This record gives sequence, structure tokens and C-alpha cells, in this order.
Amino acid sequence: MRRVCMVFAFTLVLCWPAFVRAESAGQSGGELHFCLRGEPKTFNPLLVEEDASETIRYLTGGVLIRLNRQTQALEPGLAISWKVSDDGRKISFRLRSGLHFSDGTPFTSEDVAYTIKALMDPQLHSPTGDSFRSSDGQVAIQTPSSDTIVATFPAPVAGLERLFDQVAILSAHSPKKEMAVLGPFYVADYAPGSYVLLRRNVNYWKKDKEGKPLPYLDSIRLDIQRNRDIELLRFRRGEIHLINTLDAEYFDRLQKESPAAAHDAGPGLDSEQLWFNQVPAAPLSENKKTWFHSTEFRKAISMAINRSDLSRIVFSGHAQPAFGPVSPANHFWFNSSLPAQKYDSAEALRLLARAGFRLVGETLRDASGNRVEFTVITNSGNKSREQMVTMIQQDLSQIGIKVNLVTLDFPSLIERITRTYDYEACLLGLVNTDLDPNSQMNVWLSSAENHQWNPKQSKPATAWEAELDRLMQAQSSASTDKKRKLDWDKVQQIVADQQPFIYLVNKDAMSAISPAVVGSSPSVLDPHVFWNAEVLRLGPELALGAQK
Amino acid sequence: MNALQKVAASVLLVIFVLMVLATFLLPAPFARQFRDIPNAGPSKAHPLGTDALGRDSLSRLLYGTRVSLLLAPAAALLSTLIAALLGSVAGLLGGWFERIVLAATDLSLALPWLFLLLVVRAMLPLDVPPLVSVLIAFLMMGLLGWQASVRVICAAARGVRDSDFLLLARSTGCAPVRLLWRHVAPNLRPLFYAKFFISIPLFILTEANLSILGLGVMEPMPSWGTLMRGFEDFSALSANPWRLVPLVLLVIVVTCFQLVLPPQEVTQ
Repeated sequence: MRRVCMVFAFTLVLCWPAFVRAESAGQSGGELHFCLRGEPKTFNPLLVEEDASETIRYLTGGVLIRLNRQTQALEPGLAISWKVSDDGRKISFRLRSGLHFSDGTPFTSEDVAYTIKALMDPQLHSPTGDSFRSSDGQVAIQTPSSDTIVATFPAPVAGLERLFDQVAILSAHSPKKEMAVLGPFYVADYAPGSYVLLRRNVNYWKKDKEGKPLPYLDSIRLDIQRNRDIELLRFRRGEIHLINTLDAEYFDRLQKESPAAAHDAGPGLDSEQLWFNQVPAAPLSENKKTWFHSTEFRKAISMAINRSDLSRIVFSGHAQPAFGPVSPANHFWFNSSLPAQKYDSAEALRLLARAGFRLVGETLRDASGNRVEFTVITNSGNKSREQMVTMIQQDLSQIGIKVNLVTLDFPSLIERITRTYDYEACLLGLVNTDLDPNSQMNVWLSSAENHQWNPKQSKPATAWEAELDRLMQAQSSASTDKKRKLDWDKVQQIVADQQPFIYLVNKDAMSAISPAVVGSSPSVLDPHVFWNAEVLRLGPELALGAQK
Repeated sequence: MNALQKVAASVLLVIFVLMVLATFLLPAPFARQFRDIPNAGPSKAHPLGTDALGRDSLSRLLYGTRVSLLLAPAAALLSTLIAALLGSVAGLLGGWFERIVLAATDLSLALPWLFLLLVVRAMLPLDVPPLVSVLIAFLMMGLLGWQASVRVICAAARGVRDSDFLLLARSTGCAPVRLLWRHVAPNLRPLFYAKFFISIPLFILTEANLSILGLGVMEPMPSWGTLMRGFEDFSALSANPWRLVPLVLLVIVVTCFQLVLPPQEVTQ
């Protein structure tokens, strides 16, 4: 009996580390690895303007209100509750008490006031602050108590509370300045060109359902890796756990090898679109200007493009046909009453005939007898865009239109579409990270620079553009989301009727997640895979490199 | 002509015949997309399968052979002629002219040609037809691809400059042009051939890179270069080895060109 006990005790001693490791790895601890696709330009959360810095801001920054990437609803963060005034100018927050920054500095309403002042400081040129600037004037901030703050903006700011998802609160008193954070992790080490190491913030306020402190992970190592092939190779070798965004081509490659690791969350917010140059001063022939200004012409082109084929062939089925400026992934703001654009080349020809075009043999000619032919430009090196134009070439050849493709390096392309206007049609994508229609003000206002088909108009060139201006202004100053939605639905309807942008596809949000990661729930909103980083953990039996 | 040369000549002849008769031999138009069968394997209807957009790979290969096999040698010929002229004259004359030519060569080697090409593309009108765009691309390659060869040819011409036969020719009152044409050029001919044949595959691959910048062959027109752009997806390539056919054809053509010439012309 004594011998049996000795053997049992000896076995227990031998196995104890493994039990402990399994317990700790399954519930907490471990280091998550993934890649940044560029060098972070700043650690100051107010100056973030590119993806790498945004990733660090998301993982380290504590925000008053957090947009849940899964439900698309706003959730309390550092603020327990908030209230926006009816005129949309004032927002008051009630803050959590007893919180501390990562360096131990207490968190109070003074820190929020300090952050908002810095955000709105014109000297700082904060890209995040730009979203709050609806007019000139100062923001009035009151801090009636250490857990209450009221900010009054000079003019109504539409979707005001949603904007605070991007505002990481800074410490007013910490000697570490912006390196003192309220998010789940803090920056512990940074080797330029190599990696950024984030460690668990032990002062993080959030706890799980069982009352255990979050985050579970001990640290996150972000390796700086620009090359996507190498990133995928490292994932396949088990050297990294996540890839936040994958192209269709890489996704298919991964899915063949490791189906459990490839995740397609469905259509995302990004879109690919084609538009015709409608700038009156553009150096184009008069007949081409007439075509491009014709609504029937644009609608016929839209009708003659087989979007299903684009999705199926170019994106291997990892995209959905797009029909408007809002992706169906944007649950609240998408106008579901818009009809899907049907592919019908015969109907497109009838529409063109009504606009004075006629098919002579296999060639479409306008009323003056000119052959209908135009050139689509896109950025060089983008295989999927080149393939889309090539497929559009064949689609439009069915209705007698000849399409040429020219790829240009990105600076040359931007020069043509924003300065010289020396182009006929352009195919590009729009990366959308914000759900709110206000983020598209710079596209739909006729005076806007990104009103791409005819930018920077001194007054609206057409009645429907004047109506777009009116509706965009109205939605931006409306007091409730319901009223704003009505206006924004009308904007989507006008865009569908006029086709200034011919929307082609909404690409799926695809990502790669190692089976070793527990708790992941990919979302169509960015960040797709680490939006809930505080509840991610590494599984006990699948350590790094186990899926080799 | 030995047996090997005969085989090489026959292979080249077959390829040229296929190239010329491509229009009649194509299983399908090279731009037509069979969208129900993208990335299909070899079949009776599509002997080399289809590409990512469902286009017949054999048709694209035959048409691409026509584009590449006519234009790449033409560009190689142009660059070799420029290099031969500049290098031979510089080597023969020596002195300040040689120094100027070599300095200009060094300078142009140091210039960032990629940016020049980007500027040229940006300046070109957008409605340039695809065929003209291809011609411009190969013309530019021909006009800009001579620098490396000049130095080698100049060094060889310098070696010939003090030879006895050239001294004899000079003493008989031979004019400089005749000296160059009848005495120097024949002696450097193997070098010219070598430079010419080295340039052909180089220009075919350069054309593939230029296509990425929007300056080479544009869709839907195929070329060996654009067909070889598909090699970047290595996993797809290993699963579909028949896609290597353009590369195999390139190797065969370049090898046959080397073999078909008399050995003394290449390795004198």
C-alpha cells in the first residue's frame, strides 16, 4: 500500500507541471502572435491614421463607449452611461469609478476632459478629431464631479456617441503620457522594424462572467511583416496565430490545407466600384462626355455587367454582388428595400436604344455614329481589379461596347482622377471602416473632394446631386438615428437610380485563426479577429506550432 | 549543319509555323472567357486547360508566342545594334570619345529607369490601342537595354584596335567606316550574337514586369511574359504543372537559337 502511494505521489509530481500548464493555458496566459503589415507611425492614439497604429490603439486604448463588432451595438466602456442632448451638441458621461491607468495613475473625469481638449486642438491635427469638427468654435467641457463629464460641441455632431469608439482616453497626470493606457494591454517593448510587444494591463477594469480579471492572454507579440506571402507561410508553420484580413486567393490556398483555420465572415463593408468621368472641364471628346452624363448609359452599363460572375470567378465566391453604397453587412444603415440590379444585356440594349444608341452589326454606335468605346483605368499590380475589368470587357462586348484596360501606378492614377481629370472611367475600391453615413460625407456632397465622378463642384451640377447634398446635410443634423436613416435611405435610392458609382461587389471579410486560439468570433467589421482580444486565450492542447 | 542543329532548326521552324498559323489553329479566341470552367485541367476542348477567367490556355499560348517571339527579338536586335555601334566605335577610336561613351554608359546604368518608365506611362494617352502599347514597350526596352553590352563590346574592340591586321588595313588607307564594317565588326560578331541571344529571354521577362506597371502587354492580349505572371501562385502551379508550358517553350526557343548557330559564331 505504501509503495502504491509512493508511485501515485511520484506520478503526480511528474505530471503536475503539465496539469498546471493545461489549466493556465486553457483559462489564461500565453502569448498570442500575429503580424502588423507596416511600421506603427505613432503610439499617440489621437494621431492614428494607418492600420498598424490603429491595431495598437484598439488593443491598448480604453474608450468611453465601445462598438461591439459582432452585434454592431454600442456598449459601455469606461463610461457606465451616456446621454446625448436633443440638438446633438451635448453629450454627458457617467464614468466608472476606482479605475487606474496601466501605470497606476487614477482615472477621473479630468483625464476625459484632457483627452477631448487635446483631440479638438487644431494644433495637434488629430485625424480622429476631424470627425468631431462640424463647425468652427471651441468645445465647452464641464466636470461637475470626478465621475461625470459634459462636453458641448459648437454645432450638432451626427452619431456623436459612436465617434467615441475611436477615442482612447489619455492620462492628464501620468509621467508616461500616452503610454499609460486604460485598455486590456499596454506597449511593453518596441523594436523598430521587428516587433511590438504588448503585455496584459493588470489594472484593466473588465472582468469575465465568473468575475475573473481580463484579459486572459499574458501578452501579444505583433511582428512587423509587410509581405503577405511570408505572413501566410508563417501562419502555416504555426509561428503566428491570426491573420486579420486575407485575400480570396490566399484564403482558398489556406482552406485547402487547413479548413478549420480559414474563416469567411460574409460580405464586409469594402466595395469595388466603377465610375465614369463627368467633370465638365475634363479633356474628353464631347461625344464621350455626353455618354457619361447620360443616366440611361450608366444604367445600361450597370445592367450589362454580370456581378455574380465577378464574385464567383475573380473572388472565388468570397464576395457578394453590390448594388449600393452601403453593404448589407451594415445592418442598421443598409436600405434593404433597394432592388438588386439584375444582369440583363437585352434590357441594357433597349435602354441604350432609348438614349439614341444603336447596335450596327456587333458595334454599338451613338446618335452621331461614333463607336462606343472607352478606357477603364485601375491601379497596377492589383490582380483582382485587372481581372474584373477583363470580365467587364467581355460583358460589354455583348452589347457592342469596346472596353480598353490601362493600369497605372497609384500616384499617376490619383493624379488623373483628382487633378488632371484625364481619364474616361476608373475602377477602384472603397475601404469602409465606419458604419455611420457621416463617414461618407466626403463622397456624396457635391463640393467634396471624393465626389469622384465630378468633385469639388461650386454648386451641384444636377438636380439629383443637389438633392444628395440636401439629404446628406439633413441626416447629419437630424437628432435621431431614425430620422437620419430615412434621409440616408433616400440617398441610397438616388445612387441606385443614377448610378454615379456602379457598385460591383462587396468583398467578404476573410481571416485566418489558428485552432489554438479559443474564444475567437470573426466579425465583418474591423478588426475582424481580435475585436474581442480580452477574451481570447490559447487552447491547452494546441500550443504554437502544433498545427505544423 | 550537324544533327543537333538540324533538330534545333526544325523545332524553331515548327514553332514559327505554329506562330504564323495561330489564327487558324486556335481552339477558341484567345480572349473568350468560358466562365463555367475557370482553372480547368487539360481536356479535348482545351488541351492545355483554361486560365483563372476560363480562357483557353493553348490559344493564349499560341497568340502570346506570336507577340513575344516577334517583338522580343526585335527589341534585342535594336539594343544589340546600338551597343555594337557605340561599343565598337568607342573601342576603335579610344581617347576622349571612348571616355565620353563609357561615362554616358555608366550614367545611364545609374539612372532609375523604372521611374522613367512610370513617367512615360503616365504621359501616354490612355486610348492607346493595346498593340501600340506593346510596340512602345518593346521599343523602349530596345532603346534602353544597350548599356551593359556597350562596356563588353568596347573592351573587345579595344583588343582588336592594336592588332596587326588592323594596322595593315590602316596603312593601306582604309577609311574608318570600312575599317569598322569590314575588319572590326566581323571579329566581334560572336559577341554580338551572344548579347543578342542573352537579351531575348531578358526582354521577355522585362515585358512581364512592365505589364505589372501598366506599360507592357495589356489584357486581354497575351504574351509569354503575361502568361508567366501566373507563376507567382506557386501552389496552383504545383497542382497544375501544365501551366509551366510557356516557360518550357521559352527555354526551348532560347536553347534552339543557341544550337542552330555555328559553334564558332557563338564561342569564337
